[in-house]
This record gives sequence, structure tokens and C-alpha cells, in this order.
Amino acid sequence: MSSLDLTRLAFVRRLLVARGPQLAVQLALLAGLLIVILAGLLGTPVGSRNPATVLVWIAWWAALMLAFVPWLGRSWCSVCPLPLPGEWLQRGALLAPRGRGLGLGLRWPRRLRGMGLQNAAFLLVALFSLPVLTQPRLTAALLLGLGLLAIATSLVFERRAFCRYLCPVGGFIGLYAQAAPVALRVRDPRLCATHAPKTCYVGSAHGYGCPWQAYPPSLTTNVSCGLCLECLRTCPYDNIGVFLRPPGEDLRRAWRSLGEALKSLILLGSALVYAVVLLGPWNGIRSAAVHVGSAEWFAFAVAFLAVVLGVVPGLFLLAVRVASGPRAESGDALRRLAPSLVPLGLAAWAAFSVSFVLANISYIGPVASDPLSLGWNLFGTAGVAWSPLGGGWTFWLPPALLAGGLAWSSHRIRRAADGLQGGLRLAAPMLTLALTVSVGMLWVFVG
Amino acid sequence: MPSLPASLRRTIGPFALAGALILPAAVPDGQAAAPRVLRMEARDFAFFPSSFAVDVGDHVTIELTSSDTVHGLHLEGYDVSLTADPGRPARVSFRADRPGVYRMRCSIPCGPLHPFMAARLRVGPPRPFAFGLALLALAVIAGGFALYRRPPAGSSP
Repeated sequence: MSSLDLTRLAFVRRLLVARGPQLAVQLALLAGLLIVILAGLLGTPVGSRNPATVLVWIAWWAALMLAFVPWLGRSWCSVCPLPLPGEWLQRGALLAPRGRGLGLGLRWPRRLRGMGLQNAAFLLVALFSLPVLTQPRLTAALLLGLGLLAIATSLVFERRAFCRYLCPVGGFIGLYAQAAPVALRVRDPRLCATHAPKTCYVGSAHGYGCPWQAYPPSLTTNVSCGLCLECLRTCPYDNIGVFLRPPGEDLRRAWRSLGEALKSLILLGSALVYAVVLLGPWNGIRSAAVHVGSAEWFAFAVAFLAVVLGVVPGLFLLAVRVASGPRAESGDALRRLAPSLVPLGLAAWAAFSVSFVLANISYIGPVASDPLSLGWNLFGTAGVAWSPLGGGWTFWLPPALLAGGLAWSSHRIRRAADGLQGGLRLAAPMLTLALTVSVGMLWVFVG
Repeated sequence: MPSLPASLRRTIGPFALAGALILPAAVPDGQAAAPRVLRMEARDFAFFPSSFAVDVGDHVTIELTSSDTVHGLHLEGYDVSLTADPGRPARVSFRADRPGVYRMRCSIPCGPLHPFMAARLRVGPPRPFAFGLALLALAVIAGGFALYRRPPAGSSP
């Protein structure tokens, strides 16, 4: 299907290639990150009054799940403040290349490549997420810890190893960025084949080699492209563009590794568990999730891991096996069918986020106006009272999002099943699985 | 009577089926109104019990008792609110004239888990869930069947 090369528009290209606008946004977000960490450590411990919890878990999370990821792919990664200090130290520069920076520049160990560490990091954060979500100090400690880890990683390893292999949110964003209608790709791969210096990968006087350790001509999905735009700056032939394309183009391909499939199932299961814990009417589950270290919490942790690592992947394997027989476990059917669940996973997270954010969005005004609880009223919203945006048409927003994701996933399942020559016989168990997970989410929203 | 083209029938048919699933859920029922008192306790960032069901038209009184600190209760969709000090039950009454599922949330910041302190009130039969099920069935039908066209041979899946 055709796509529109946005960088053919001169002003778009100028805006993206220039370092100034990107740096301005990065600096603003870095300042925001520092304020959030300080406020979290020193400010009020009341979560609904502290910027650490309100700006991160309501404002940022809503922006990430409802704007950045579904529409702009990994664009958040291009301005994320967490890896910036480490990257600047590593480069010895804020802007264009200027000599050598600090750090050992080691290659990331081969056996640690892949998605294992990112999956583990996500699960680790997820297990402690309820205390982190609600306690400003823990939110600040998490952000500070991730920032320091990013700096340390940049000083030991080359490029953005933290973002590529460790960031707990990075894998999440990368997976769902495949559904986005924006992608950076090479215009003519044949031209790249004749270009020996490979400046997009090794860098030049105009920019850095791909910080994400990707070779742009080989990019077929958004998973490992952080949209940092360095390759736009280093390609001497202007052979790289940012394209507007039909959503979900990346999902037409079979995934290369089963790690990606596992990640998508972990995240789908996690959306279900999060909705049950945070939005459901089950006080006991919520209480267990927050009392870290108690017997109830250990039971919650075991149940959580059982659902995301056992039940959901198990149902997926079962669905594929029922449809195509034992041979399916050899991998081909798994790798082809797993991407079909990405739209449903994205919709499940969006539905969960909408439901959570609408109820709590009115906390943003007072916190933004008085981030340090010093009696300020920067935007005139310091006195805005809490008023949840619930009921009415918003009640149906989560189910509608869920239904949209399910429809899209159903379409992809049929496509993948046809591609495997399995037709409806292969698609039916997967459609049943997608519907089952959706019904579970629906019960939490409107049951 | 001229018949519709086969492709159009194939597209419309599943939607008509889903509509048939939805319509029965939309038909109102005729229940007699009754006074209902919902007694709730607020403590440890939770409402006990956390789930209620009343009939459409019932005259509902919510009686909230707080056992630890000041808690509020805001019923979404009805814009009904009350605040309960510890040991001093608070009441509010309203007519449950709008069917659906509504969340009741704590409206007074009471501690770390305050944003998740919620309960649920269902007014009338569980129609929202039935609607939702029909919506999901429609989604599978639309995405997997009605709007699906097999790609031409030789094209990428």
C-alpha cells in the first residue's frame, strides 16, 4: 500500500533535521523530569497532590498511550529525557559531533541481546507498580534509578544500550509502535548498498551513527527505530524519509523471534491484570497488590506472573495448536499469528488508560499550577476541584476502543491465517482467544 | 422484489445479526419502583461492599460510614456526592432513573490509594455488559468476516 513521505515536504525536513527544536523539547522535558524527581522526594506524600505521581502516571501515561504510541510510534523515545545525560556524556556534546566523549564504548554482550532483559524489567516494575503509582517517593526513586542506570550504561556500553535492551517501557513502546501510521525508512535500499561508508550506522561530521544500533536500510519494523532522526542528518544522499503509512504495516510480517511473541502476550495479559487490579471492584486484589512483602502480595505476584507468563501464552499456544496441529510449535505459525494480537493489546492498554485517566485528569490542573506545593498559581488552575470525567458517552469509550482493537486484530488474524494457507480453520481458535480476552476486559469496564 | 448483490448481502448479513443481538438488550423493562438503602463502609482506601445493584426507578439512599479518616463518595453519571467523617454516617438519596453501570469514587483525597478507591452501582439488568458483548461480537464479525477480503494470490499476507 502506498505511503506519504513527509520529509519530501521541505519545512518538515528542515524541522526534523535541525537539532534545535528536538533539543529544546528534550531540555524542557529534562527540566520537567528533574522537577518531578525533586517534588517526589521532597514534596507532599499525597499522591493526588504531587507532580511525581500526577504528571507521570496521569499526564505522561495518557499522552504516551493515547497520543505518542498509537499515532506517532516511538516518537516519545526521540525526546525522552531519561537517557539524555548519559548520552551527552558519552558523546561529549549536546548537539552535533565534536570530538570524543566519555565512556568505555563497549559492545553490548551478545548473549544479553534480545528482549529477555526488557521483558524482565517490565515485569519487575509491574509487580511493584501499585505502590509506585500511588507514592510520590517511590515514583521519584524509580525515575532516579532508571536515570542513573541509563547514565551508567552509556558510560560503559556504546550508543543507547539502555534504551535498546533495558528500558522497561522501551519494549512496550517498540511493540505497539508497529501499529503506528508513522515510520522512518530508507527510500531506495539499492542506493544504500552502493554506499560504502555507511554513515547512517557509523556517523559523520553531521550526526551520530544510529544510537539504537540499527542499520537503517534493514529496518522493516518500528521496533528498534527510536526516531532519533540521526540517520536523516548523516545520510549524504537524502535517502531516508519519515513516512505516513496505513496503520499496522509492520504487522503484516512474521516476527523474527519468539521473544517478540512472548512480549506481546505478556503485555496483553498485563493490560488485563492491571484493569482487574486498578479498575475492578475487587478490594482484596488491590489490597494484596499494594502491600509489598506480605503473604497476600506474594500470592498476587505469583498469580500475576502465572497469568502473563502462563495463562495467556498458554491459551495462545493452545489456539495455534488446535488450529494447526503440533507442527505449529516449530514456530512459523506462532511468529505469523502473534503480531495479529498487537492491535488488541494496544486497544486494551488504551481502554485501561482512558478509564483511569478520565477519572483522575482533574488532578493535573492544581499540580501543574503549583508543582512544588509553594502556594503558586502558575496557570490559574491551582484551585480546580476534583471532578471525574465519567458517565455519559465516556462510559462507552473503553468498550469502543476495545471493540476497535478486536476488529483490527480479527482482520489481521484472518490475513495471517490465509497467509499460512489455514483459512478460517486456523483463524477460528485465534479469533476465539482474542474474543475471550476482550470479554474479560469488558467485564472489568462495564460488568 | 430485486435481490441484493451477494457481496452486499455478505457484508450486511453479519451486521444485521449483531443488531439482532443488541436490540433485545435495548428494550426497557417495567419494574416497580422501591426504596433501597445501600449501606457502605469506607476504610483502608476501599468501600465495603464494593458492588451494588438496584432496579430502574428505585428511590435509593446511600448511607456511608467512614471507619478511619474522612472519605467522600461521588456517583458518576448521577453527580451525587456526600462526605463522611469518621464515626458520623452520611446519607444521600436520589432516584435511580438512568439504567447502566456507574462508578462510585472517593471524592476526598484520603491517602496513597485514593485514586483507586471505587465501588460500582448497577441500575437495572446487566444491559451494558450485554451491549458490550454484542459490540465485541460485532467487532469480530466486522474485522474477521464482513470487511475481510482474501488478498490476491501472490501478495504479501
